[in-house]
Amino acid sequence: MDVGIRISRLRKVYTSPPPAGALVRGGPMTGVKFFKRPEKKKYAVVALDDVSLEIMPGEIFGLLGPNGAGKSTTVGVLTTRVRPTAGEAWIGGFEVWRERVKVKRLIGVVPQKPNLDFALTAREMLTYHAAYFGMPAAERQRRSTDLLERFQLTDRADSLVTGFSGGMMQRLSIARALMHDPQVLFLDEPSTGLDPQTRLLLWELIRDFNRHGATVLLTTHNMDEADALCHRLAIVDHGRVIATGTPEALKRSVPGGFVVRLKFDTVSETLAARLAQIPGVTEVQRTPEGGVDLYADRGGTLIPHVVNAAAAAGATISDVHISEPSLENLFLHHTGRSLRQ
Amino acid sequence: MNLQAFLAMLGRDARVARRNFLPLLLQNLVQPMLFVFVFGRVMTTSGMMPESYKTLLLPGIIAISMLLSGLQAVAFPMIADFQFSREIEDRLLAPMEIEWVAIEKVVAGSIQALIAGGVVIPTAWLILGKGLQVSFAQPFELLALAVLVALMAAAVGLTLGCSLGQAQIGIMFSLIVGPMIFFGCTYYPWSALAAFPILQKVVLLNPFVYASEGFRSALAPQFPHLSGYVVFGGLLLFNGIFLWLGLKQFRKKAIG
Repeated sequence: MDVGIRISRLRKVYTSPPPAGALVRGGPMTGVKFFKRPEKKKYAVVALDDVSLEIMPGEIFGLLGPNGAGKSTTVGVLTTRVRPTAGEAWIGGFEVWRERVKVKRLIGVVPQKPNLDFALTAREMLTYHAAYFGMPAAERQRRSTDLLERFQLTDRADSLVTGFSGGMMQRLSIARALMHDPQVLFLDEPSTGLDPQTRLLLWELIRDFNRHGATVLLTTHNMDEADALCHRLAIVDHGRVIATGTPEALKRSVPGGFVVRLKFDTVSETLAARLAQIPGVTEVQRTPEGGVDLYADRGGTLIPHVVNAAAAAGATISDVHISEPSLENLFLHHTGRSLRQ
Repeated sequence: MNLQAFLAMLGRDARVARRNFLPLLLQNLVQPMLFVFVFGRVMTTSGMMPESYKTLLLPGIIAISMLLSGLQAVAFPMIADFQFSREIEDRLLAPMEIEWVAIEKVVAGSIQALIAGGVVIPTAWLILGKGLQVSFAQPFELLALAVLVALMAAAVGLTLGCSLGQAQIGIMFSLIVGPMIFFGCTYYPWSALAAFPILQKVVLLNPFVYASEGFRSALAPQFPHLSGYVVFGGLLLFNGIFLWLGLKQFRKKAIG
């Protein structure tokens, strides 16, 4: 079964604060546009602004962006939990909003914050979940035992979830999402709050699931995760897709690859012109905070030239930061902001 | 509608209710039973109330126990689910229209209300002692009434649970449920309000009135009570209103 995802000109405007349980957990809506309608004292939050994407069957695809970029809303729309304002989204042959029930059969969802059923034991949670999908009782038992074993939860299988650690809850969430054998798996910020060891186990489980031909869509604001796990990425910000491609291709697309972030007491035109003439520098960008970003094909060896240029222009350097080719630089290049900001 | 998923969810709720059977029973029954003891036993035995008050009180107590347990069985989990636990998300992702998730909750809540009613009758009977003059001459009317009251309790619970947040639970009891109980003809028949003509009309907007008056007409027809047409008409109307309102609020909470 080859099930891909297609998103066409998707737009989502929240006209009231998103209801608590509705999103498959969005972060706080920072960085989205707020504006007041003159006639009513209501606000509108543009979470998705004309997003189009195509995700191939069998791909591990990542949505990379800061909090509030629209990642969770995209997952919300694709998992039938958020009604799009405009545009369409397809999972396999089904348009998501019009054929919600059919879509729900194809997908498994791991939310950003655990939403486990605290009134049930780990095993019951898996078996009831499978029962919602009409799986026969014997198969439910067999499959749950199997998954509990694979996710290293067997010794706690028959205890209530209260008292599970964050890592155990996350593993159980994924086990539950896999219980009905979905064709497409959605993971919203899967490794947030996990220790490095559990994170590696999680990545292995995701790769293992994908190996059998299933499609995976995950959101993250962690570049290492995106780099290590995803076949292809979309970088999103302010509800728009800024760039798509393989992690390698995206990193190569940053002019030069290296970024040297500089701060001066004053930045004059002369200084900017002198910096642009340094050998190896491909682009000079002034930053709003009174600094300069140099995109270049080398890092540390530029510094003597920078010092000379500053001295010639009569400016004093107050800060220097060199970063090697990375998705972080790519994000910076397109938005002028760091992912962590 | 996906019957398999619907039944599996009922199974899940039954499992959870069995696990919490005793606390649930106590939560719903202690207060009404205290009422039964003080008003039905202490006041009548001491002669401050006539002995016939026992019989007048029992139908109201059955109504109130069913209404409270059905209402709480739906409202509390809904408030918790949508505000912080989000347990319900797993069910919203089941291959079934989400409205059926809400309807399943209403069915589960009304089953709890029916069980509460079934426990109240013998318990109250024991506490009230002799002198009770209750008739079971119309078992089918009684059963139909019980089912409608139970469904209405759960539908009111759905509406409140999907409209209020955690911080408003206290307000819900003092400003909504409290007045509904006391102006619900629970401890007195509707005809007793004849001296307050405006109030007597206004309380007809309270769905609880039709539950207490209905049980009074079925179990103790010797007392004045609203006619069967008014009772069944009122119950059907309020079932429709609260189910519609509850589903509307549920959709708002469940879909972004």
